[in-house]
Amino acid sequence: MRHFTIDDFYYLLWALEWTVLLSLMAFVGGGLVGALLALFRISRWRALRIVATIYIQIAQGTPLLIQLFIWYFGLSLFGTKLSPFTAVGIAMTMYSSAFFAEIWRGSIEAIPKPQWEGAASLALTWLEQLRYVIVPQAIRLSLPSTVGFMVQVVKNTSLAAFVGFVELARAGQLVNNVTFEPLPVFGSVALLYFVVCFPLSVLSRRLERRFHGGGMQVISS
Amino acid sequence: MDYTFQFGEVFRHWPLLAQGALYTIVFSLVGMSCGLLVGILGAVARSSRYRTLRAIAGTYVELVRNTPLLVQLFLFFFALPSLGIRLTAEQAAMLALVFNNGAYSTEIVRAGIESIQRSQHEAAASLGLSPFQTFRYVTILQALERVYPALTSQFILLMMASSIVSGIGAEELTAFGNRIQSENFRSFEVYIVCAVIYLGLTFLMKLGFIGLAQILFPRRRALARA
Repeated sequence: MRHFTIDDFYYLLWALEWTVLLSLMAFVGGGLVGALLALFRISRWRALRIVATIYIQIAQGTPLLIQLFIWYFGLSLFGTKLSPFTAVGIAMTMYSSAFFAEIWRGSIEAIPKPQWEGAASLALTWLEQLRYVIVPQAIRLSLPSTVGFMVQVVKNTSLAAFVGFVELARAGQLVNNVTFEPLPVFGSVALLYFVVCFPLSVLSRRLERRFHGGGMQVISS
Repeated sequence: MDYTFQFGEVFRHWPLLAQGALYTIVFSLVGMSCGLLVGILGAVARSSRYRTLRAIAGTYVELVRNTPLLVQLFLFFFALPSLGIRLTAEQAAMLALVFNNGAYSTEIVRAGIESIQRSQHEAAASLGLSPFQTFRYVTILQALERVYPALTSQFILLMMASSIVSGIGAEELTAFGNRIQSENFRSFEVYIVCAVIYLGLTFLMKLGFIGLAQILFPRRRALARA
């Protein structure tokens, strides 16, 4: 038995790096897959729309924890031994991509139809219309929600603790097991999460006020 | 790939799975109802004229929304006993879920309350309603009606988040799934079945909320797009 010292806090800080790394991975992976899914959702081909919708319904309709277990325990049965890191990466990518896809689809659909028609009348192809006219405007609309969801992503990485991956929450458990001083240990863990998440929350609110506060100015400016 | 699926091994444990689903529903119902109550109180505090109340409610919301539920569970389950408050895993889980959902509900309900036009307050005052009567008969029902879609999707997220309480040993669907797979090592099948049950619960909740909207808000067309 020993006390919670500054060295333990440094250990938590080290673990925070993994939390941030996992978050970035989920953001990049989820962002890429999510962008593709958003395109599928607004595609003119029905099959693509249906596939994307089913994927999103499943990814959003089941807990992330269960998805994580399926990837971690399940796939190893097929002879591929997944490291906790890979399993968490895949599960977080799948889960986040569904939410990003819906956020971005919403923003794309919020762009008034005349923008598409105007772009089409300039003889831009569908992809060019999207690339040069729609997406630049949609990104501004989606920015507050995207940053807001980043907070969820960071918090969701704590589930990696369930498969034994040592990130911040798991590190807290480990330190608590040797010190048995849960209040300072988990208090510090909560504080570290807060330090990462709070600025993102504030940024999200700022963007929200800046882009949506002006009402109709969003598109015209 | 030479793996043989044996879902039979999982379905043999169906009473346990059904019980787990029931516990998940109980956790969700408690989290929803008590969380909404906390949310209404929190929203009133956040739009109060007293600075201290606003600050307390604001701090609560920010602290909860910027830390993971898992860490909040650890704090309730491991840290509260060191302050002399001893809770079972289930009690700690319920408290944490209410505490967590309360903060999200606060923000949603507050948005609803703020969306009610001033003129309604003025009209209520001119009818001689007290501030409490205004809140009770004019503001809160309309506010809840306007934020109903946001509130219900938050509740569905809560139901799924309740799987995390297995992390402190509270019994619900995921915890029973863990137990079954540790007995028969059919982890893939077990978690697939759990996923399907959760998917079914999500679907049922969506349907339930649409139906509830018809009963709760009869005077408006169904705005349930949850």
